Amino acid sequence: MHTEPLIRTEHLTKTYPMGETPLVALNDVSLVFQRGEFSGIVGPSGSGKTTLLNIIGTLDAPTSGTAIVLGESVGALSHVDAAHVRNKHIGFIFQTFNLLPVYTVYENVEFPLLLLGVRAPERKKMVMESLALVGLADRANSRPHQLSGGESQRVAICRAIVKRPALILADEPTANLDAANSHNILKTMKMLNTDLGITFLFSTHDEKVIQYLERKIRLVDGRVDADERMTASAGVRP
Amino acid sequence: MILPRLALRNLLGAGLRTWLNILVLSFSFVAIIAIQGMLQGMNEQVAQAMIDVEYGGGQFWHRMYDPYDPLTLHDAHAPLDPAVSEQVSRGNAASVLIVQGSMSVRGRLRTLLIKGIDPRQTILRFPSSLLKQENGIIPAIVGARMAKSAGISKGDQVTLQWRDAKGTFDARDVVIAGIFSTSVQTVDNNQVWLPLETLRQLARMENEATLVVTRHGSAVHTSDSTWQFKETEFLLSDIREVVRSKSISSSIMYTILLLLAMLAIFDTQVLSVWRRRKEIGTLMALGMTRLNVIILFTLEGAMHGVLAGLLAAAYGIPLLGMFARSGWELPAMTESYGFAVGERLFPVFTIGLVVGTTLLVLVVTTIVSYLPVRRIAKLKATDALRGKFS
Repeated sequence: MHTEPLIRTEHLTKTYPMGETPLVALNDVSLVFQRGEFSGIVGPSGSGKTTLLNIIGTLDAPTSGTAIVLGESVGALSHVDAAHVRNKHIGFIFQTFNLLPVYTVYENVEFPLLLLGVRAPERKKMVMESLALVGLADRANSRPHQLSGGESQRVAICRAIVKRPALILADEPTANLDAANSHNILKTMKMLNTDLGITFLFSTHDEKVIQYLERKIRLVDGRVDADERMTASAGVRP
Repeated sequence: MILPRLALRNLLGAGLRTWLNILVLSFSFVAIIAIQGMLQGMNEQVAQAMIDVEYGGGQFWHRMYDPYDPLTLHDAHAPLDPAVSEQVSRGNAASVLIVQGSMSVRGRLRTLLIKGIDPRQTILRFPSSLLKQENGIIPAIVGARMAKSAGISKGDQVTLQWRDAKGTFDARDVVIAGIFSTSVQTVDNNQVWLPLETLRQLARMENEATLVVTRHGSAVHTSDSTWQFKETEFLLSDIREVVRSKSISSSIMYTILLLLAMLAIFDTQVLSVWRRRKEIGTLMALGMTRLNVIILFTLEGAMHGVLAGLLAAAYGIPLLGMFARSGWELPAMTESYGFAVGERLFPVFTIGLVVGTTLLVLVVTTIVSYLPVRRIAKLKATDALRGKFS
């Protein structure tokens, strides 16, 4: 049975104007990601990982080539349509957590549901279920500044999964965490990938993350240098 | 409805900065309403005093009469039209005769207006009853300002000189029967009041008048072109113009106050957009459109106005209510304003004033809040997430 891949990029190129010679961030990137993958784009700083994630996340548009995400061509989306796709189908996890500082944990997690117009009783149920999944139900009323780095990132994960998106894009999610917290976070994400079937796509150069990946795409100077399937899932690693 | 809720949440979450802005803006709210209320009160107080003491329900003027040109007075008198005369005899109108003359007090001569009014008139709130003549003495009354400037007291005898209708100069001693206090300077400054019939005889202007004051609500008509009816609003137009000019100068003050408050809001918005650019990126990543982000930030700024209105109501209503009841005692120098303010000014706060001021502040706050936020429209989510501006 033929199923449409979740993400497909073809000859994707992204350049930024920079003086007379434009900076090529992505160069002829063609990739396919299926639903339920737990994949990562790895590579050194400046290799184009975040740019690729931004395009897949409909936050940016390609200069040339195509990026089809959830059946939508990213380059053809208007700002409003792109926002709608993000709101409904994509969750983001950032390196610096990016929690809304004046909101409580509960309110931060609730935010995407408010944008989606989910009714209050259902919203509450979904938020509390998600907080329970990441083990933060008891911190619902805390403010971001009262949380540790690990807890903050778990809130960010919770915010990303609460609407049960098809895809979660995680940009260097463990960069600000210690080893123990990094493993906890990654285990949580792997569990969510397995239990909820959410596709995870990472951008990272952290070895701890790489251990957990099922598929590793290596970018060098904006080009795909390697695309490897890992032999065993690292989700069970201690 | 989600955006106002989020805006309020963000605003209250900003803590002290929000409350300081709201406090400053609430001062502007209260100050604008107080100043406008004072001007409104001044306008109404002046108009009422003028109607009570001088204008009544409107005046018939002799067609030659020009209150700003004393030289017209020599010709501005005529017998009353029978219709008007009948209303005078019924007590629905009161004749006033005005003659140019001079007064000699202790050897010093002073040019003034001699005005005659019926001592029995009840149309104007004016102590004309003091002009009842007894023992052949001609009584005269003057206002307190006139008495002070001329240096005369009750019981003083002064000599009046005038030129009668035939052009003959004449003079007579009168006794100051009373000195009245009034806020209406146009019945006080440089004039002396005599009984109407006495002045008519002295000036050889039998049954004549310069103007006729009608009772409020009485319908007096005449087809005689010698007499022209002047509505109260026409008579008040000059004084309204003076009050308007005062209100323009006062509005400069509250404009400055409002500008200061708006500067604080503008500053807060600029700072807010700058400091929260990563948050803006996050909001966009979470699925908020740029337009919604702009509306959210504009609403946050505009809500300063709403909260300031509530705070202003909390302390402004009791404060201004007390002010409206007790009034404001005016310093002596306000006599130089040139109109009938009185000794105490009672501000008037109308619903229109409060609603108008509230709308003004809200609209201006919203515009000022929007201006710094416009740049979000050009902001790329990817740049915002990195803390950069496009």
